[in-house]
Amino acid sequence: MAILDSKIPDGSLETKWSNYKSHIKLVNPSNKRKLEIIVIGTGLAGSSAAASLAELGYKVKAYCYQDSPRRAHSIAAQGGINSAKNYKNDGDSVYRLFYDTVKGGDFRSREANVYRLAEVSTAIIDQCVAQGVPFAREYGGLLDNRSFGGAQVSRTFYARGQTGQQLLLGAYSALSRQIGLGNVQMFNRHEMVELVVIDGKARGIIARNLTNGKLERHFGHAVVLATGGYGNVFFLSTNAMGCNVTAAWKAHKKGAFFANPCYTQIHPTCIPVSGDYQSKLTLMSESLRNDGRVWVPKKQGDKRKPIDIPEDERDYYLERKYPSFGNLAPRDISSRAAKEACDDGRGVGESGLAVYLDFADAIKRLGKDVIEARYGNLFDMYKHITNEDPYQVPMRIYPAVHYTMGGIWVDYNLMTTVPGLYATGECNFSDHGANRLGASALMQGLADGYFVLPYTIGDYLSGEIFTKAIPTDHPAFLEAEKQAKERIDKLLSIKGKKSVDDFHKALGKIMWEYCGMARNAEGLAKAKQMVRQLRDEFWKDVKVTGEADELNVDLEKAGRVADFMELGELMIDDALDRNESCGAHFRVEYQEEGEAKRNDEKYAYVAAWEHKGVGENSVLHKEQLVFENVHFATRSYK
Amino acid sequence: MKFNLKIWRQKNASTPGKIVDYSIDNINEHMSFLEMMDVLNEQLIHKGEPPVAYDHDCREGICGMCSMHINGRPHGPLAATTTCQLYMRNFKDGETIYIEPFRANSFPVIRDLVVDRSAFDRIMQAGGFVSVNTGSVQDANNIPVNKQHADLAMDAAACIGCGACVAACKNSSASLFVSAKISQLALLPQGQVEAKERVLAMVNQMDEEGFGSCTNTGACEAECPKEISISNIARMNREYYIASLT
Repeated sequence: MAILDSKIPDGSLETKWSNYKSHIKLVNPSNKRKLEIIVIGTGLAGSSAAASLAELGYKVKAYCYQDSPRRAHSIAAQGGINSAKNYKNDGDSVYRLFYDTVKGGDFRSREANVYRLAEVSTAIIDQCVAQGVPFAREYGGLLDNRSFGGAQVSRTFYARGQTGQQLLLGAYSALSRQIGLGNVQMFNRHEMVELVVIDGKARGIIARNLTNGKLERHFGHAVVLATGGYGNVFFLSTNAMGCNVTAAWKAHKKGAFFANPCYTQIHPTCIPVSGDYQSKLTLMSESLRNDGRVWVPKKQGDKRKPIDIPEDERDYYLERKYPSFGNLAPRDISSRAAKEACDDGRGVGESGLAVYLDFADAIKRLGKDVIEARYGNLFDMYKHITNEDPYQVPMRIYPAVHYTMGGIWVDYNLMTTVPGLYATGECNFSDHGANRLGASALMQGLADGYFVLPYTIGDYLSGEIFTKAIPTDHPAFLEAEKQAKERIDKLLSIKGKKSVDDFHKALGKIMWEYCGMARNAEGLAKAKQMVRQLRDEFWKDVKVTGEADELNVDLEKAGRVADFMELGELMIDDALDRNESCGAHFRVEYQEEGEAKRNDEKYAYVAAWEHKGVGENSVLHKEQLVFENVHFATRSYK
Repeated sequence: MKFNLKIWRQKNASTPGKIVDYSIDNINEHMSFLEMMDVLNEQLIHKGEPPVAYDHDCREGICGMCSMHINGRPHGPLAATTTCQLYMRNFKDGETIYIEPFRANSFPVIRDLVVDRSAFDRIMQAGGFVSVNTGSVQDANNIPVNKQHADLAMDAAACIGCGACVAACKNSSASLFVSAKISQLALLPQGQVEAKERVLAMVNQMDEEGFGSCTNTGACEAECPKEISISNIARMNREYYIASLT
């Protein structure tokens, strides 16, 4: 079995990154101008990387499937971004942020990466403020903070309930500046459909121009995937409708190992499903748990209105079970606790698949005005969707798929197992272990794009200064284009009876039922067969309308769902392999008093999967996780 | 619920489009408008017809990708609401609903309800930024910002760049969109250094893209799903005059 080299530099945890940066190979400015970098995706990780690389002098080409880079789904992040600024003087430090993140990830992340993340977190806030990001401020004009799940300090910076939007627009403004200067060439409405590998190195992509359906060949000395997560494999998730795994999956099939695919975060506070027509789920920011109290009736099947249920007949189960963190227990724990309450027959609402998030106490304590100032837009959003006023009645919430900790395997440089191919942000696997803490996704996306990749990519590109741009009529480009075309033609030629959404919904049901919040070996084994069967059926009976050479939304969706069908099986394989519970991965066979039971002796590794062909079993490579600075501990929030 | 839909269908930019009638039944009042469109599209696909192309992505009112003129109004009948946040309970059973793309010369139709809003991107590229490179900045709290100004800047920054302001305006003016960014940066100390160059460059680009002039009808503010105030346009004009004269 191959040993994965994580390339973690030597030295003490605190000095690794600064020493490494000082000794890493550089590319001189006149050579940077000759080097081309492709960046796929323009969310926080992609926009920040594209802008920063262009500022350094590289020639950058950036791609997004939306009509503008400003629309990437980072924009929907509500609550905030963590940073170890310690502006609150409440004892925060880089080490504490590092420790909270490792512990929050249930000891399944890489120490060195996480420490670096915590270390650069402070520079992110400086950068964003300088760009004009309108963070919330106190009356003295300084920055305000709030607290988030899994932390006992206030280290979360925010811009009302639209932090992701404001950070993304900041990165978009930096990107726009570079586009205007001619340093970045921007390709809107383009989707990467193949990776081009020449002599073992990533050298370009095939992109489909979504406006006219044309396949285009693009060369790059390096390719950066910043394509987000794969939560839409479940059909229903908080992801945007277009979020997909396609670019990452094509890279996986060309040699990039896929790590920990089974680690998917189920967010505890989403608006419950209301009917089978539902197309997506909407998140209510975790920040609401600062002031909202989660409860269900003590009695099973209690159908009284919430207001008619007296205080002593309510079970504030998070406060009861986790007194030191209370309603701010981490996401995986809060989600499972909600599921337990509902499985126990104490769920609320029509479906019984919901719990209350109640602001009555907070409104009494602080007044409606304060609550409105803090969460006004979230309350409005809730009312829009449910037609209920959360100032009057408690919100109903239920867990939903939100984020994927797993992703393309990368080393310390954020390089994948394909030389010259990088993965950043949610697209990679490295920093959140088996569970991500709130307000850390924005932090990681921007850390990778602004402060990590621009340094580490130089180490590789310094060896490429003599590589001339490879003409795109090179056989490898033609072959990749042929593959992409054949797949599109195949999809259009099946002309079966079921729509793409029919298949996507069926896949989502299997994944949610057997590979969702709770998993077991028997169910997973069954699900693997079901996914294989569904995939066979897809390729025999899917109906895709329209033509290849036009804007064709049906075809776009079909390509993405086809890839989800393959990914689904790998997620199941990974969940089956991991005979323990850790973070968001909860195997019912492995628990202790209802809490996840890890097996550090056997499973303190990153599972990196190598693709061997569709329908073939993937090969597992293990990267052993070494903890030199923190010690394994049972993750208790009690 | 049941609806008669009159939807603009257009194969591509160079083919003329037309309104096509569809009727749809069994619509749940809790469905979102776009979920109703999904149901229609599923029916079309099962019949072997190409679905109605429309832009959408986050479906939570923040990405700005969804557009659509619904019964003559961008994002439909409700104030402060994007199309994706519109629910069928806001319509009457049996109602006829007209669904068209945003109409503006600077937003050419690509297909059906999908329009090209890249003019907005080019305006931002002309000056919608603070010129700071990554890593070259000071500690965040070295730049105190008056809370009132910070809040006003945030009000302006809430713009989602959907283009409803342009679609609502009889002149197809982009003033509300452009002024939101100019205001945000004009209100913050970080934006001061380049304030004059910014407003001149962005307004110039706006004109080059062919957007019309502002005649203060206020339609943009009324239709803006994020309730961006037209006082931002006044601020943009003030900034523009100062920059032109000094």
